[in-house]
Amino acid sequence: MGEKMLMKGNEAMAEAAVIAGCRHYFAYPITPQNEVPAYMARRMPEVGGTFLQAESELAAISMVMGAAAGGVRAMTSSSSPGIALKQEGLSYLAGAELPCVVVNIMRGGPGLGGIAGAQGDYFQATRGGGNGDYRTIVLAPGSAQELADFTIDAFDLADEYRTPVMILADGYLGQVSEPVVLPEATGKSFDKPWAVTGAKGRPKNTVASLRLVPENALELHNLNLQKKYEQITERVRRYQADRVEDADWVIVAYGTAARIAGKAVDRLRADGVKVGLFRPLSLWPFPDRELRAVAEGARRILTVEMSLGQMVEDVRLAINGAVDVDFHGRAGGAVPALDDIIGRIKSYEHEYHTHVRAS
Amino acid sequence: MKRGIPQIDKERCKGCGLCIANCPKNILQKTDDINGQGAYYTVCVDESQCIACGACALMCPDAAIEILQLAEAS
Amino acid sequence: MSTNTIPMYERPEGLADVRTHYCAGCGHGIIHKLLAEALDELEIREDTILIAPVGCSVLAYKYIDVDGLEAAHGRAPAVATGLKRALPDKMVISYQGDGDLLAIGAGETVHAANRGENITVIFVNNAIYGMTGGQMAPTTMAGQKTLTSPAGRNSADVGFPIRACELLDTLEAPAYIERVSVHNPGAVRKTKKAITKALRYQKEGRGYSFVEVLSMCPTNWGVDPVKGAEWVKDAMVPWYPLKKFRDRPADGDGGQEKQAS
Repeated sequence: MGEKMLMKGNEAMAEAAVIAGCRHYFAYPITPQNEVPAYMARRMPEVGGTFLQAESELAAISMVMGAAAGGVRAMTSSSSPGIALKQEGLSYLAGAELPCVVVNIMRGGPGLGGIAGAQGDYFQATRGGGNGDYRTIVLAPGSAQELADFTIDAFDLADEYRTPVMILADGYLGQVSEPVVLPEATGKSFDKPWAVTGAKGRPKNTVASLRLVPENALELHNLNLQKKYEQITERVRRYQADRVEDADWVIVAYGTAARIAGKAVDRLRADGVKVGLFRPLSLWPFPDRELRAVAEGARRILTVEMSLGQMVEDVRLAINGAVDVDFHGRAGGAVPALDDIIGRIKSYEHEYHTHVRAS
Repeated sequence: MKRGIPQIDKERCKGCGLCIANCPKNILQKTDDINGQGAYYTVCVDESQCIACGACALMCPDAAIEILQLAEAS
Repeated sequence: MSTNTIPMYERPEGLADVRTHYCAGCGHGIIHKLLAEALDELEIREDTILIAPVGCSVLAYKYIDVDGLEAAHGRAPAVATGLKRALPDKMVISYQGDGDLLAIGAGETVHAANRGENITVIFVNNAIYGMTGGQMAPTTMAGQKTLTSPAGRNSADVGFPIRACELLDTLEAPAYIERVSVHNPGAVRKTKKAITKALRYQKEGRGYSFVEVLSMCPTNWGVDPVKGAEWVKDAMVPWYPLKKFRDRPADGDGGQEKQAS
């Protein structure tokens, strides 16, 4: 176990990428993740890697595509408007079955929006953003430590499934300085016989998303991609359930919203309220079965987001009408207030007990 | 004087005519026969005049023309 | 008289034994052939990755026997950058048309050149968008009729054709920039020389090389291939002069070793 160091989330994530064996990082400056390219500009040369400040986020994701096609671990990071620019590249990477890690340190939107942290890109991350029937694995860390830990995981998942993996973190997580124990490399390595490295002693490889012939080639390719996504859906289901066993009310939240919700759970529990927190750690695949199992024992679900309602749609899909789903959100960089969450849960309590007394 | 034999693969030929237009000896012509792709392919109508300049092979977009050079008479 | 023959010209080995989808008389066919010849002569075919654009040559990697990589429209120089940084000892070629290089990809084109990436960019300039049926390109000539300039390109409204070599020649880093053409055998020979030189320079680590090739698009120009070749000579060459803009390795500047003052 390494020593505990005070690290900014952005920098902990960058160092974890280096630990994971990433030696090719391409990015464009954008707040609130500028610490990442600055860190990589110093660190990559130290480990014999490549840091390149690309001319745009658009170019950066294509550089990642080139490096990934050559068989190496490659990464880019950006924030919401820059991630919008990468959607084209993500679709190509998914279609060409290339592994890579893309980090979104989210800020308020839409458009240029603001620079404070937000969770407004859930749809963008989990529902494509790029064109076509593809999925991106999306991991949702909730601390600087998790930013580091999940990055190690992301590279392994990307290589194992030959697919892009996105780390979705709000701007506060990127900026916060917390004690971090840098994770160790897993040591997993993956053969990449499909990579374009020059056709010496083997037939030529083609890495492409375009499938024109024969006539049904693209449909077959899509069916194969779906099989892969089904596999991932079975195997990559991450979540944390805290004090949900006897909970009347379950809060569902991720990232910074979950940290505040966790504090609310502490205070409410101290007041005797039976409340718990379900924190998805993978947003795609979404831990729907697990959430449903937890929800069925509760009276109501409260989804809390730093958006005006994105993950709540997946929560409703998962729960499928079994239990009422309420929502509380803030937008544009505003953070849900502890008192507002406590107040909402207490209002359920009041409603429930009043109702029970009246009946 | 160099001499050669142009060998045009009639199935590869798309009948673009660039070789015909650039042959300095005007010995290439389109036939009115079509190949398997429906193109009027080109043939050499007088090999004895070929000077192995290579113009036809250079121009051909389909690399349908190979050229044999006749060795000098001993 | 002796009837012994020796092969003077044979179809290059590096060309795949498939029929291309290119139209009769398309310049792509000639350029692919020259590229395949160069790869064979330099013996680098097994170390080469060809990045194809979006355009008529989107399937270029089907026609040349090398590893092939797709790029999003215009992004080939960025993809080439990532690949070359990952595999610096391999030959990375970005093969692009006018929309890819000068419209949607203008930014990537300029910046890969500006960084002096040790790649080779082959730019096929046929003054039109072929694949999508003949729309105006950044390189379309003034007055040229296309699907999206039916009355002829109106320079007062949409500007003048862009000269890529001249544009890139303003940058410090590129090592080799030349414009050539495939409208007649002499021009084709020069194109072969330029492509071979560009690849040799990449192999020697000389930096960024750029070869622009003026090419025919008979189908979308609405002429037969022979007329198309004449139009390249008569209409395109006067605007896009055929010349060597810079050749630092030959001129002794040493390419990348040049100190920034």
